Amino acid sequence: MPVINSKNGKETDQLTRVQELVYELRVDEVMTADVRTVSPDTTMAELMAIMRINRISGLPVVEQDEMVGIVSLEDLVKAVADGHPEDSVRNRMSRKIVSVRADERAVQAVKLFAQHGFGRLPVLDSAGKLVGILTGSDITRGLLRSLSTRYHAEEMRRYRASHIFEDIDSEETSLVLRYHVAGRDFNQGGQASSKLKRALERLGANPPLLRRVSVSAYEAEMNLIIHTSNGGELRAEISPHRITLITEDDGPGISDVEAVFQPGYTTAPDWVRELGFGAGMGLTNVKRFSDEAFIESHPGSGTRLTAIFNVPPPGGDGGSDDDQ
Amino acid sequence: MKLDDIITILEGRVLTRTGTNDLEIQSCGSADLMSDVLAFQTEESGLLLTGLTNQQVIRTAEMANINAIVFVRGKIPPQSTIDLAEELSIPLISCFHSMYKASGLLYNAGLPDNGVVSIPCR
Repeated sequence: MPVINSKNGKETDQLTRVQELVYELRVDEVMTADVRTVSPDTTMAELMAIMRINRISGLPVVEQDEMVGIVSLEDLVKAVADGHPEDSVRNRMSRKIVSVRADERAVQAVKLFAQHGFGRLPVLDSAGKLVGILTGSDITRGLLRSLSTRYHAEEMRRYRASHIFEDIDSEETSLVLRYHVAGRDFNQGGQASSKLKRALERLGANPPLLRRVSVSAYEAEMNLIIHTSNGGELRAEISPHRITLITEDDGPGISDVEAVFQPGYTTAPDWVRELGFGAGMGLTNVKRFSDEAFIESHPGSGTRLTAIFNVPPPGGDGGSDDDQ
Repeated sequence: MKLDDIITILEGRVLTRTGTNDLEIQSCGSADLMSDVLAFQTEESGLLLTGLTNQQVIRTAEMANINAIVFVRGKIPPQSTIDLAEELSIPLISCFHSMYKASGLLYNAGLPDNGVVSIPCR
């Protein structure tokens, strides 16, 4: 059975992914490579037929393999309105060409569209040769395509991870995740818990359980950082019905293991308190958010904190929460 | 309440490139003690008002479902804090009000408090 009934990523994550994509997509990934061109000697009336048949609203004008201009529906409308449909494209096209390079980011093209109000941009390779044409809808289509590919890849990873306990046949399957935590390194604090949280998310932990384990792991990780100089290990043993969180160190140990679970009991130095921790609430939080928590320690021989979380059956509400 | 409305009420300034993304904020808490934040935050998407600016504020937010952070008294966090927030898509806002006043303004505007803890009896 899956450990997890998964609730998918937040909407903000999706939006951020779209933003990232716009910056990652290259022009040649989204442009139309099969580009239709016209010769400058084409008449505007002939151009009208080409546009209608191909359902396009603008084309690069090419003479002897070189782009000399660009002609759009707007130029055509003007020619007809002026009563000169027999005029050549040469006399009606725009010679001021704004183009993008094939290896540029699509976001560069988005900027140019906004800046100049053009509907399309010719795409040139590094030698200045016309290799494609790009419109706003090319970019939108490329984004959607790329987004759906990624979405499926992430769905697949999530699916595989959340079914690991079903797919592997044994009498009892558990997954152990280990993270080393460096002592006294306050800035790195939380990295292990952050990785653990992401792993549990992928395994499909439901949000209340995910938060209870993450908060407890984070408090336990901060304890390693604050109280030991060599750091220690943060370990999570995940099985279909329970998650066991263990931190272990070879630090100074605790003389009174009863007292440390009392709210407000602290031996943290002042510098830790200035950083927003060390008020004697860490272990209180671990106890509060876990189903069972205990400490084994002897002064001088290190400390082991164990917190156990029962995994609710799929569809459950995540188990006990704020119990007060 | 929309994060954009909160920014308007607090006359705040967004510090991260992560946009406010039309974010809906359901509750709010004010604290300088991160263990308090970890204890009180519920399932809903929450806002944190704080005077602390180190990276642990961002890690705390990550663990506790805090979706946006407001620094009070015009505090600007170090770049390392902003970088981590951007990596985790958590918008950061700075406002000039004190924690007390900023909390009051949002409470008056109808943003609910995010946690009640009963006092244990001896």
